[in-house]
Amino acid sequence: MSSMLVLAIVVAIGLVAFLIGRQRAAAQDNGTVKPHSRAHYHGWWAFLLAVLPALLLLAVWTIGSSFYLDRHIHAALPERTADSKVASEALDVSLVKSLAKGLHQLDANTLAALPATFAELQPLLAAKGVALATDTQDYMIPIAVEANAVQSRLGMIGAVLAFALSIAGAFYALRQIAPRARARNNVERLMLWGLLAASTIAILTTVGIVLSMLFQTIQFFESVSPMSFFFGTVWDPRFAAAGSGGSQGQFGLIPLLAGTLYIALIALLVAVPVGLMSAVYMAEYASPRVRSVVKPALELLAGIPTIVYGIFAVVTLGPFLRDLSAALTGGSPFIQGQSIFTAGLVMGVMLIPVVSSLSDDIITAVPRAMRDGSLGLGATRSETIKRVILPAALPGIVGAILLTASRAIGETMIVVLAAGVAANLTINPFEAMTTITVKIVNQLTGDLEFNSPQTLVAFALGLTLFALTLVMNIVALYIVRKYREQYE
Amino acid sequence: MTDIPMNTMVRVAAHPRRDIGLKARYAAERRFRIYGMLAISVGLAFLAIMLITIVTKGYTAFWQTTVSLPISFDEKVIDPSNKRATDPTVLIKANYPKLAEKALIAKLGINPDDKPSILKLKGFLSEGARVQLRNIVAADPSVIGTTRDVNILAAANLDSAFKGQIDLGVEEARRKVSDQQIAWMNKLRADGAMAEHFNTGLFSYGASSRPETSGMGVAIIGSFYMMVIVLLLALPIGVAASIYLEEFAKKNRFTDLIEVNINNLAAVPSIVFGLLGLAVFINFLGMPRSAAFVGGLVLTLMTLPTIIIATRAALAAVPPSIRAAALGLGASKMQMVFQHILPLAAPGILTGTIIGLARALGETAPLLLIGMVAFVADYPKTPFDPATALPVQIYMWANEAERAFVERMSGAIIILLVFLMAMNITAIVLRRRFERRW
Repeated sequence: MSSMLVLAIVVAIGLVAFLIGRQRAAAQDNGTVKPHSRAHYHGWWAFLLAVLPALLLLAVWTIGSSFYLDRHIHAALPERTADSKVASEALDVSLVKSLAKGLHQLDANTLAALPATFAELQPLLAAKGVALATDTQDYMIPIAVEANAVQSRLGMIGAVLAFALSIAGAFYALRQIAPRARARNNVERLMLWGLLAASTIAILTTVGIVLSMLFQTIQFFESVSPMSFFFGTVWDPRFAAAGSGGSQGQFGLIPLLAGTLYIALIALLVAVPVGLMSAVYMAEYASPRVRSVVKPALELLAGIPTIVYGIFAVVTLGPFLRDLSAALTGGSPFIQGQSIFTAGLVMGVMLIPVVSSLSDDIITAVPRAMRDGSLGLGATRSETIKRVILPAALPGIVGAILLTASRAIGETMIVVLAAGVAANLTINPFEAMTTITVKIVNQLTGDLEFNSPQTLVAFALGLTLFALTLVMNIVALYIVRKYREQYE
Repeated sequence: MTDIPMNTMVRVAAHPRRDIGLKARYAAERRFRIYGMLAISVGLAFLAIMLITIVTKGYTAFWQTTVSLPISFDEKVIDPSNKRATDPTVLIKANYPKLAEKALIAKLGINPDDKPSILKLKGFLSEGARVQLRNIVAADPSVIGTTRDVNILAAANLDSAFKGQIDLGVEEARRKVSDQQIAWMNKLRADGAMAEHFNTGLFSYGASSRPETSGMGVAIIGSFYMMVIVLLLALPIGVAASIYLEEFAKKNRFTDLIEVNINNLAAVPSIVFGLLGLAVFINFLGMPRSAAFVGGLVLTLMTLPTIIIATRAALAAVPPSIRAAALGLGASKMQMVFQHILPLAAPGILTGTIIGLARALGETAPLLLIGMVAFVADYPKTPFDPATALPVQIYMWANEAERAFVERMSGAIIILLVFLMAMNITAIVLRRRFERRW
């Protein structure tokens, strides 16, 4: 029985329980005793009791039975000897599992007369569109058949237990129905738990991010020492051909980190003055009509996906700057098509709306009285802004800049397209450099085995990136929050 | 005032006003204003330049050159040994390009024995003609032996030449179309046989190595699946989480931890979510690579903070008097939230959700890591089949060298931007129409 069907039946039992419960509760209301809860709450309580425990049981049962199946296959496999044809025990088990999965596709007649060798079995499976690894062994066929039998038996038991639990829950809830029964409170308590569970997803996500990257990073550090990762100046991962040991490659973080910070710096040099000045102008000078046109336009700039910026940088701006520099020197261009400067410039433009909307909030939060006081003493508007408003807003603006910097460091698509892939260490902004995010994408696109340092390094890079931005975000959020409290 | 005595004026002149640098200060004021205007114009100018270059590069992608040819479905070419009744693969393997070539030779009036000229025809029609004609025959085998007018796709280079994008001043050997082909093209254009049509293929084809038969069909379906998954997961979870935090949570360490987490997740680089998806969903839970389902889950986690922050703002904006009134009439707290607060906050929640969805639709980086950079030619039937997404398709076309791919890429960007614009405008309209000021 498929798990979807079991699920559907459990829900159906729940719905029946809901209808009966509501009907019974309504029938009991004869006007003598004031009912505590309205009839549909009794129905929902019956539904929840019928469905939730059964679902929980199914979840636990599914996980448990997959573990049991693994152990069962392990036990059934022949002892490993020196001349075993399959490389490892884990591979053995996974081959049996995929064979078992493939056997599901065959019809009953074929299964009844299953050929004993893999050579005969393969064309039958191939006809059903099942492709299997060629090192599947003959001895695996009976094990796979046995595993399928065990699996369906376990599934059957699980389904029956779930149905029993579901019906039992429904009966229990239906028996409880009485005019003074507190069905609403029961339902609401469960709802509250549901709401709480939803809000913990944020924590689970963070934990998931940290744990998943931490495990892979630890695995990475088993083959490459942390010292040579964090302080190495050469990035040369050398995609080694499978099986050729020795060619280890070098994984120095420094060139990537330098590139990341350099591009972020240029981006901030563009975004902070422009963004801040636009925010000031919008908040202090612009007429409402200008505001109503320019503000949505800047928001539009913020809504454009970063890949569009990246393509603009690589297709239009990069070649333009290269040709411009060639025309200036009258020969060879000094700006390369992919360069730190191009990437930083475009990223800076992307960040303008980020800076301006964050600082707009902060500038408008400065109390009116401070502004009026300064103007009343005879200062011009620009003097008021420079000497009163900006100093008052400074902590908030620093927070905004930090948040923007963390965006710049984590930005991916612009640098993937416009910054280049060569891990140089250079101070010339017109040359190509690469960043942490570019290398994460480089190391992980394409089909790769999951346990080589070439792949695992991406997680070490990701963890570094996460830690870097986490610190910046927390400091920035702290500053912004502190600042907001100051004027409230 | 002519009657002011002379000596008073002298007296005034003798006590000049203190020089407080008003002139300089006003100049500084003007300069400051100009800086502000400059800053805004820089942003807007960049926006304008970017949109204009993309549109001028991309609008031609919406037209595709085709050649209308009377194709005679010759049995001798399709099924020379007459076995199609017993062996249906004959109809699949038949030499369809030959049919198109024959029709073209007849149309151009070339002598069928003039081998050098016929050789020059190579690369005039798209290789996609094979699929086009095969589909016609497969749908209706009785067409064999008859003649029918078919619009055959022109090859990408001829398409570019037809649209006037190839510089004919360059010497022939360095161009991708020969002078002879241009001459034929002009002849067909004069006949009206070769013309541009609206490019429906851009929306329906899957991945292909030939520009003229590649399109965003798979990407649109993949993006659609992901948006549905994000909506179905992120909206209920986000609203539930916001309700708990805004209405029920007591101020304690645990609530603080959740809040810090949400604010931080909103600022985590999107590529980190891709790493999470790769490590947890694909590697640990064994979900399929390149699947829209995994992409949807990753984008859900990424969108959740946006939705939660917007929803909490919307809930907080509902005035306390509504809460007090509901509680006063005997509603439980849960009833108050679900029957009174939530409906009033709905427009704000919807706006936040649409903006979050728009961001998710344009997101590329995490999708690269979960293997959505894939050559997928067939439509994904379920969210678990391999698929691509709109921005990923754009990224893949950006990595192709051919001119015609750049055109398609810009066309795809226009489509993506139109989608995003539509969503954002919907959000703004919703906010304007339904938002209540208390």
